[in-house]
Amino acid sequence: MDITVIFFLTSGLFLGWALGANDAANVFGTAVGTRMIRFSTAAIICSIFVILGAVFSGSGAASTLGKLGAINALPGAFMAALSAALAVYLMTKAGLPVSTTQAIVGAIIGWNLFAEKETNSAPLIKILSTWFICPILAATLSVILFLFIRWTLKHANIHLLRTDAYTRAGLIVAGAFGSYSLGANNIGNVMGVFVPVSPFTDFNLFGLIHLSSIQQLFFLGAVAIGVGVITYSKKVMETVGNNLFALSPVAAWVVVISHSIVLFLFASQGLEQFLISQNLPTIPLVPVSSSQAIVGAVIGIALVKGGRGIQWKVLSGIGVGWMTTPLVAGVLCFIGLFFLQNVFDQIVFT
Amino acid sequence: MKLSKDIRLFRRTVALEGEIDEFLDLLSEAGLLFKLGIETYLNEEGSENFEEKLHQVNKIESSADKLRRSIETQLYAQTLIPDARGDVLGLLENLDNITNKIEGTLWAFSIEKPLIPNQHKEGFIQLITFVVEAVEAVTQASRAFFRNIDAVGDHNHKVMFYEKEADKISTKLKRSIFSSDIDLAHKTHLRHFVENIDSVADWAEDVADRLTIYVIKRTI
Repeated sequence: MDITVIFFLTSGLFLGWALGANDAANVFGTAVGTRMIRFSTAAIICSIFVILGAVFSGSGAASTLGKLGAINALPGAFMAALSAALAVYLMTKAGLPVSTTQAIVGAIIGWNLFAEKETNSAPLIKILSTWFICPILAATLSVILFLFIRWTLKHANIHLLRTDAYTRAGLIVAGAFGSYSLGANNIGNVMGVFVPVSPFTDFNLFGLIHLSSIQQLFFLGAVAIGVGVITYSKKVMETVGNNLFALSPVAAWVVVISHSIVLFLFASQGLEQFLISQNLPTIPLVPVSSSQAIVGAVIGIALVKGGRGIQWKVLSGIGVGWMTTPLVAGVLCFIGLFFLQNVFDQIVFT
Repeated sequence: MKLSKDIRLFRRTVALEGEIDEFLDLLSEAGLLFKLGIETYLNEEGSENFEEKLHQVNKIESSADKLRRSIETQLYAQTLIPDARGDVLGLLENLDNITNKIEGTLWAFSIEKPLIPNQHKEGFIQLITFVVEAVEAVTQASRAFFRNIDAVGDHNHKVMFYEKEADKISTKLKRSIFSSDIDLAHKTHLRHFVENIDSVADWAEDVADRLTIYVIKRTI
């Protein structure tokens, strides 16, 4: 493989690393922060399941992202991923909640504007609507689950220690499921822009496993996410676990499982096919923000508890983040593409 | 197969649950022996049976101490129940104080051998009865804290009731002691024993108060 190809892919890997460092905390943050699960256990489970989710279920959400703007030159894809990663980095530095999904969408639109290509409005509306549907769905799910678990615990008279053991096991299962869903749903953010320009070719592993070029690309991106999880997420997890969620471990489990179900719903092609076969309306396969799903789920529980303690300031910060992240990424991408084309003499679109 | 795996997975938890139950059994037993010991002291003056009860309570107290340490170490070493660990620790230590108080009171009877006039014996019996009921109720409240949190309130209510009754009997008993015609030193000596016995119910009430807060904290 050409060395420039590897170089251009690094921006996607950087974005993957940032996603791993930040979003793994959504899945395992509470469990690690409250010391219900050791960080090493969480990091290993998270990395493995992110890779599995990305390779085997990642294509659905990624293809919607591809429809938004098919970046048709590798340097262009490089700049889209780099500007998204930089937007994530800058917003994180500024203390604003950030979503890689919104950053990459902004970057793709930035590329569309630069390349003077029309942004396909149908997938855009689909994606924008899910940014609202995702937290609302997560909140609804967490309310239902929370009420059910609370009722069960009230009537089952399970020993405090047994509840603790079940919660630990539940947090591992929910974390594994959450990591799988995160990989499936968010790999599109990391590697989606490289799909039309994938440098890989399909190959068979010992004639047993067939890996398409996209799956190899996703594998690479998922490994970058895994590296992000292992190298940088510990601090984020401990912060999230101790500061953001003043939740009991059982409530934390509800939050994680609700988040995971939402991400899974927006990524599962199997579910989509099932709904189609039953003549039911389908759920759009779109990369959604893991952080927003978590926030939605937490708010759901807070509302059940009477709405006290909801941090309205944090909520408005998230609202601001929704608007600024895609904007920042789009502007960065536009400017970056200009330099890449005119200063470094690269073909950024065809 | 699945069941055996399940059992293996939760074996340590089940063992620890057993230790907590055993600890509470010991507290309950200490309470019952406290009553038997005082009744023996009052009814069988100079009998060996009292010393035997004291010896039994001694053994219970040291077993309870060992169990408490073992439970606490496991809770911290295995980082179990991170959100309720401090509360459980506080609960166990305060319950252990009740056993210590019972043991201390029985030792005082054994060493100081207070002379209890016949007219006050009934008062002492009534007092110890309410005190031990309070200990029994707080033991049940503590069990409920682990297994059936909704029932804690019901048991706590009984603890408060018995503690109040014990206070009433204690005041009545002290009045009757100080209005009798024994000498002042004897009166003061007896008051000391009445207060010692009554303080066990006060400890039980303190634990019940803590439990009320722990229950609020444990609401998911």
